[in-house]
Amino acid sequence: MTPGLVPPQGAVHVSARGWGWRHAGRKAFAARHLELEITPGERVLLLGASGAGKSTVLHGLAGVLGTQDEGEQEGELLLDGAHPASVRGRAGLVLQDPETQVVLARVGDEVAFAAENLSVPREEIWQRVGRALDDVGLALPLDHPTTALSGGQKQRLALASVLAMEPGLLLLDEPTANLDPDGVLEVRDAVVRVLERTGATLVVVEHRVAVWADVVDRVIVLDAGGGILADGPPGTVLVQEATRARLADAGVWIPGWRPPVGGTLPSSGSGPALLSARELAVARTRRGPAAVEDLAIEIRAGEALGITGPNGAGKSTAALTLGGLLRPRAGTLVAHPGLAGTAGSTPHRWRSPQLVQRIGTVFQEPEHQFLTASVEEELTFGPRRISDTVDTARIAELAERLRLTHLLRANPFTLSGGEKRRLSVATMLATAPRLLILDEPTFGQDALTWAELVTLLRELVDDGVAVLSVTHDADFSDALGGATLHISGGAGRLVSR
Amino acid sequence: MSSSYLTPVLTGRTLLRANPVSKLFAAVVITVALMSSIDWVSATVVLGCELALMPLLGISVWGLLRRIWPLLIAAVLGAYGTALLAEKTGDVLLAVGPVVFTEGSVAAGIAVGLRALALALPGIFILLTTDPTDLADALAQKLHLPHRFVLGGLASLRLVGLLVEQWETLGLARHARGIGSDGSVVARTRNLLGQSFGLIVQAIRRATRLATAMEARGFGGGTRTWARASTYSPLDAVIAVVGLVVAVGAVTTAVLAGTWNFILT
Repeated sequence: MTPGLVPPQGAVHVSARGWGWRHAGRKAFAARHLELEITPGERVLLLGASGAGKSTVLHGLAGVLGTQDEGEQEGELLLDGAHPASVRGRAGLVLQDPETQVVLARVGDEVAFAAENLSVPREEIWQRVGRALDDVGLALPLDHPTTALSGGQKQRLALASVLAMEPGLLLLDEPTANLDPDGVLEVRDAVVRVLERTGATLVVVEHRVAVWADVVDRVIVLDAGGGILADGPPGTVLVQEATRARLADAGVWIPGWRPPVGGTLPSSGSGPALLSARELAVARTRRGPAAVEDLAIEIRAGEALGITGPNGAGKSTAALTLGGLLRPRAGTLVAHPGLAGTAGSTPHRWRSPQLVQRIGTVFQEPEHQFLTASVEEELTFGPRRISDTVDTARIAELAERLRLTHLLRANPFTLSGGEKRRLSVATMLATAPRLLILDEPTFGQDALTWAELVTLLRELVDDGVAVLSVTHDADFSDALGGATLHISGGAGRLVSR
Repeated sequence: MSSSYLTPVLTGRTLLRANPVSKLFAAVVITVALMSSIDWVSATVVLGCELALMPLLGISVWGLLRRIWPLLIAAVLGAYGTALLAEKTGDVLLAVGPVVFTEGSVAAGIAVGLRALALALPGIFILLTTDPTDLADALAQKLHLPHRFVLGGLASLRLVGLLVEQWETLGLARHARGIGSDGSVVARTRNLLGQSFGLIVQAIRRATRLATAMEARGFGGGTRTWARASTYSPLDAVIAVVGLVVAVGAVTTAVLAGTWNFILT
């Protein structure tokens, strides 16, 4: 640590005194009864079940929860004794999705933006920009377009952008949840470097504890019912039997533990072939360049297949093409009678109601596929496209199996992340497709949803459904078995197990 | 389709170096002159000057034609329609049944077509030669427009570019759910409306997240500094003067030629 470079105001002291926040229009408090002291320079991993209010706490600390119009506050949340919104720039928040945080067109301007907002003099802004980019290891020209960055680079840019404020408190809200394994390490290492130089206080929220367990010196677990479930050094909280059990119940990913899953590990497919691709080239747009070329894969009934590869390699494009949603750029993609039935052998020519009975594609972002105002309508939507009578018993069973029964009246957009994921899978299963394709189904999911999903998919495979998942979650691939199509550098290679 | 409205492909080496404010000034005075009268002389002078200046501005004719050809067609159609419907004064040039062109109506048509082109070109020159970030800097620092408004607009430009991508993804996602762009006209219309609504929902959610990210970086305070200084150079004075000369020249020529037709009289 170079003493001369320490931020002038130093690391922030955080205190919460009976703090709580209820979003306007909601009955329940998102976070409540929080009593907490975090000393300057402490590095805290904040854990808790889905809906325990982790993000709300971070947003509160960042001072972006808004005014009384946007919710109701209880108690006090203070940074060095002051209200977070009144000390702009003391806390720097990095959010989960790399795509939604970029403000400007060029890397240098993006980093300068926060410093400008804090009225930093011009010469000093550019010094800070250079230092922040150095800190996160982004050796790019200042006029490099922000659109031309990988996911990991975008997250490091977001980190550099808040560093330009020289914050005494760094807040990270699942900063690596959407990244491939290389991107995860890139971002984690950049954070460690930054903390070593600045000595800032850190509060990070992340489901995947193993990534941060060695970096932090304190783990705080929020109780879903308000207050704190466990608090202490990672060596204690993450190791003690009692807290481990409670963390597991809360769906937290603890190092050295994988949530128990039901069903059996699927054997490699011996059922009839459903879909064959040969010399297949895939492209996102009609005229744009092909993302991947010369793909060969055969998908059989009753098998699980994976597609892996780095962010941006064309995995999603390949999956969308195999799912009959994009027209193949070149080569052949043939649906065999076991899948096609009476609909012809070229999936991309199928009409929507034909497609939905044959191939179900679950998109990465569940919200893209929500079409109605209630969970129940979502579940009956697909079946109604096929026939006038809906098998209500089947829908009820599906809702029960995916624990959606108590949510049937709820608006899909108001569900939690895990609930949205379960619903998006359920809507696809409602029309009983023979092939189910999932794009990053475990992104940002807690261990409970993860285990449910794996169990359900295993059962589906057992029932003779073919499951194809785009994923870089190695645990997930292991739990489902089957061959993997590894895509990188514009080519695909089939790896059998 | 360019991938981003925030990083458009720019051309025109001279105008690129100029401050957006001087370009806007020149465009505004030329537009005011053109809007003041409907006559073919002033429109011709302005259009002639604009075309003659193109090599100096560094804008290639073919590059321009590639981008504005729909506008050319629109200008020709506008001219034709005006010639067909305008007051029939002067000698008849062509009469086929109800279709009558006279000297007066053809002159009015040509004036409208030329004016449309002459009016459109300054705006197109600015679009081709101005980086949106520079424009925002100039609007806030030189014209002192509120920075929240200017930067909000700049940030939303990026989201506009993403809308195209989002629309395509939504279309695929809906197709996968069993609702696609086939069936009767009614079904298609309903699908289009549904997809538009979905796009609005997604756009609002995206904008909300971006707003949070901006706020978390201290945006929204009363004052701020600017990392990039928006500055004037001698070139900007030249551009402003050229704009004034073209505008005054067009009006003077039209008045001398006796075609000046002030719209407020």
